[in-house]
Amino acid sequence: MTHLPLDFAHLLAGSLVLLSFLMIYQDRLSALLDVFAAHAVALSASVAWQAHLQQAPHLYLTALIALLFKALIIPMALSRIVQRLRIHREVETVVGTAPTMLAGIGLAALSILLMMRLTAGADPLAREDLAFALTVVLLGLLMMVTRRNAVSQVVGFMSLENGLILAAAGAKGMPLVVEISVAFSILIAFIVIGVFLFRIRERFDTVDVGALDEVRGERG
Amino acid sequence: MQLILPMLVQGAQMALVVLLAPLLTGLVRKLKARLTRRRGAPVTQPWRDILKLLQKEAVVADSASWLYRAAPYLIFAATWVAAALVPTFATHLQFSWTADLIAIVALLGSARFFLALAGMDVGTAFGGLGASREMMFATLAEPAMLLITFALALIAGSTQLSTIAAVMAGPAVGLRVSLGMALVALIIVALAENGRIPVDNPATHLELTMVHEAMVLEYSGRHLAMIELAASLKLLLYLSLIACVFVPWGLAAPGQGLAAHLAGLLAYLGKIAVGAVALALFETAIAKMRVFRVPDFLGIALMLGLLGTLLLFVSARL
Repeated sequence: MTHLPLDFAHLLAGSLVLLSFLMIYQDRLSALLDVFAAHAVALSASVAWQAHLQQAPHLYLTALIALLFKALIIPMALSRIVQRLRIHREVETVVGTAPTMLAGIGLAALSILLMMRLTAGADPLAREDLAFALTVVLLGLLMMVTRRNAVSQVVGFMSLENGLILAAAGAKGMPLVVEISVAFSILIAFIVIGVFLFRIRERFDTVDVGALDEVRGERG
Repeated sequence: MQLILPMLVQGAQMALVVLLAPLLTGLVRKLKARLTRRRGAPVTQPWRDILKLLQKEAVVADSASWLYRAAPYLIFAATWVAAALVPTFATHLQFSWTADLIAIVALLGSARFFLALAGMDVGTAFGGLGASREMMFATLAEPAMLLITFALALIAGSTQLSTIAAVMAGPAVGLRVSLGMALVALIIVALAENGRIPVDNPATHLELTMVHEAMVLEYSGRHLAMIELAASLKLLLYLSLIACVFVPWGLAAPGQGLAAHLAGLLAYLGKIAVGAVALALFETAIAKMRVFRVPDFLGIALMLGLLGTLLLFVSARL
C-alpha cells in the first residue's frame, strides 16, 4: 500500500478539522475544554506522523510540546479557572448552533478550495495539511467571533494556534527556534489572558465580554 | 440459469425481509426488556400482533377520504420495494441495476409523504402535530442521507449498492476518515428515521412528544397491520444498509454456489443480531431528547456528511 502514509495523514488532519467543528458545536465550558484537549492530542499525533514521514526529528519535539502544553497544562489550568470563576455549568451561545455550523462549513469549503488552487503542484502531503490547517485557523477565528464568554474565546484562540502548528509541520523547513518561541509566546499569552480574566471578573462580576461594550457605552 | 438464479435470489430476499422485519422488532423489544430486568414479550410477538390485526375490523373515521384507506398499502409497498433493493445476503439480485441509494431515499421519502398526508387526512389535531414534526425532521434527515450517499459515491464511484459493497469489501478503500463520518451520520439518520429513542420513543402511545405514533393514531385493523409491518421493514432496511455498506463481508457474489449463499445468509443474520443488540444497548443507555433539540442532533449528521464529502474532495484532488 503506497497510499497508506497519505491516508493516515489525511485521517489525522481530518479528525483535527472534525474536532474543531465539535468545539463550535459544544456550548458547555467543561465539555469544550475536553474537546480542546482532544484537539491538541490529534494535533500532536498529526505532527508526529509528519516527523516520521519527513525524517525530521525536531518535529517530534514539536509534537511533544503540543502534547505537554496544549493537551495537559493549558486545559487543566483553564478548567481550574473555570471552576474558580464558577462558570463551569454555564451554557452560552450568541448565534445559534445551526447558523454557526453552516458558517463553519462554508469556511471549510472556502479554505479547501483556496488552498487547493494556491498550492497546485506542491507535495500532496503538504497540500493536504495546508488546506486543513487553514480550515482549523478559520474555525478558531469563527469561534472567537461567535462566543461571548472570555474563556471560550481563549479556547478559540488556542485552537487557531493549533492550526498554525499543523501548517508549519506540513511545510518543511520551519526552524526549531521559531517553533519554540511560538510555543512560549502562546504560553505567555495564556498567562496574560488568565490574569486578565480575573481582572475582568473583579471589575464586572462576569466574564461575558458583552459587559465591556456596556462600559464603553456602545450598548444602551 | 443466468436469468433464473437472480430471480430466485430476489424472490428469496423479498420473502426474507418481510419475514425477518417483525422478528427484528421483537428481538430489540425483548433485549430492551431484559436489559431493564423485565422478562419481556416473546420475539414472535410483533408477528402475532400483525396477524391478529389482520383479522380485526378496520374502523375508519367519518371524515376520512380515500387517501386514508390507500395510504397504508402505498407506504408498505414503497418500503418493501426499498428493503428488497438493499443487498442482504447476495449482491446479484434481479433488481440490482435499480438498487441505487438515491432511489432508496426517494422510495422512503414517498412513503413518508403518504404517511404525513394520512396523518393530516382525518383532521385530528394529534395527527397534524405528528405529521408536521415528521416533516421537520425529514427536512434535515433527507439532505443528510443524500450527503452520505454522495460521500459513498465519491469513494466507490457509483451510487449502486452492489458496486459500493464490492468496493468496500475490496482492499482499494484504504484508511478513510470520511467513512467513519459517513457511518456516524448514517446511524444518526437511521435513529431519526425510525423514531428510535433519542428522537422519538417507539414504546409509548401517551407521550406528547411522539411523532410516528401520533400520525398513525387513527388507524386500526388491517391498515394498522400494514403500517406496523412497514415500520418494522424500515428498521430492517436501515440495519441492512449499514451492514451492506460498512461490513460487506460474507455477501455472496454472482457465480457462487449454494454454500456461499447459505454462508451469506448466516452472516447477514449475525450482522442483524449484532445491530439489534447495539440498538437495544444504545436505547437503554440514553434518554429521549426534547423535540426542539432534535434539529441540532440531525444537524450533526448533516454536518458530518458534508464534512466527509469535503474531505474526500480534498483527497480526490491531490
